[in-house]
Amino acid sequence: MSRRSKEVSWKAFLREESLPHQWCAGCGYGVILKSMLYAFEKSGLAPKDVVVVTGIGCWGKADDYLYTNTVHVTHGRALPIATGIKVANPSLKVLALMGDGDSATIGGNHLIHSSRRNIDVTAIIANNLNYGMTGGQYSCTTPLDSRTSTSWYGDPEPALDICRLTETAGASFVARTTVYHVGTIERYILMALSHEGFSLVEVISPCPTYFGRYNKMPKAPIMLNWLKDKAISIERAKNLSEEELSGAIVTGVFADKKGHSFLSRYNEIQARAKKDLEGE
Amino acid sequence: MAIPEGEIMVVEGKKFRIEMRRDRCKGCEICVEFCPKKVFEADELGRPVPVRVDDCIGCGACELRCPDFAIEVKSKGVS
Repeated sequence: MSRRSKEVSWKAFLREESLPHQWCAGCGYGVILKSMLYAFEKSGLAPKDVVVVTGIGCWGKADDYLYTNTVHVTHGRALPIATGIKVANPSLKVLALMGDGDSATIGGNHLIHSSRRNIDVTAIIANNLNYGMTGGQYSCTTPLDSRTSTSWYGDPEPALDICRLTETAGASFVARTTVYHVGTIERYILMALSHEGFSLVEVISPCPTYFGRYNKMPKAPIMLNWLKDKAISIERAKNLSEEELSGAIVTGVFADKKGHSFLSRYNEIQARAKKDLEGE
Repeated sequence: MAIPEGEIMVVEGKKFRIEMRRDRCKGCEICVEFCPKKVFEADELGRPVPVRVDDCIGCGACELRCPDFAIEVKSKGVS
């Protein structure tokens, strides 16, 4: 349905001449991109107020389709650059778009420390459960025992839970959803955009070309239904045992804390230092 | 139903109008699967053909779920 007309339409953020995009048929990243644009529209931001920092990977190509300010950086380093931009000009809304390899595997340390620092950056992690761009190798978020091009008889490593990790590390807003639950992507991104402090939205996305094809789900609708079956809301998950939760995708808001962010603390210290120096 | 390539294909139903951009569609069949009224049928490339457009209830599920920005549902009388 055509959406309510806002001051800035979501289409003002979209570089329509770059379409069709380079993602495969049935890739969920187009859905995440669209939901993100809807959230931009609802938040009332203008394209010039938004900076999108992307890393390397399929989701790192998202900046090609955006009319906001964009920076395309090296693999895994989207968060440090986003941190620098936010601290240099706090009036900007800074987003870091990262895939699972970008955020949790090669850039895992930056993810932990951005969470700990609680820097006012919104991270949108599109997790397709493997390295899609390079041919479907297993990443740290690939579910245990899944077939990938580098683990043909099953991945021996258990998957990393990005949301639990960042929640423990101190991120003040953490949410996870899947591309099947499409309405919640927009809602969580909107919540993340209006949040003070480090906000993270992880979206599990279908990759029918590699992960799906290797795991008997070669088409997008089959993968979306698989995500639907795997997803358990965090409220329901509280009453389930660890065995029942093995292999499930827990969705929902993991953390939504109000309080100090890096910038609010930094401004306090700056004011204190100024007062001290002027007093001398 | 013959479908023109590279332009916006507009199909008028009783209450709603479906606009499809065939040049953007990659034939993932998400709209075919997730339409609650089964308005679409896939052609040989997996791209949707709105064979039951009069059944459309305008929920916008196809528009929301389309990864390729290729489909829009509009109320009749709204441009």
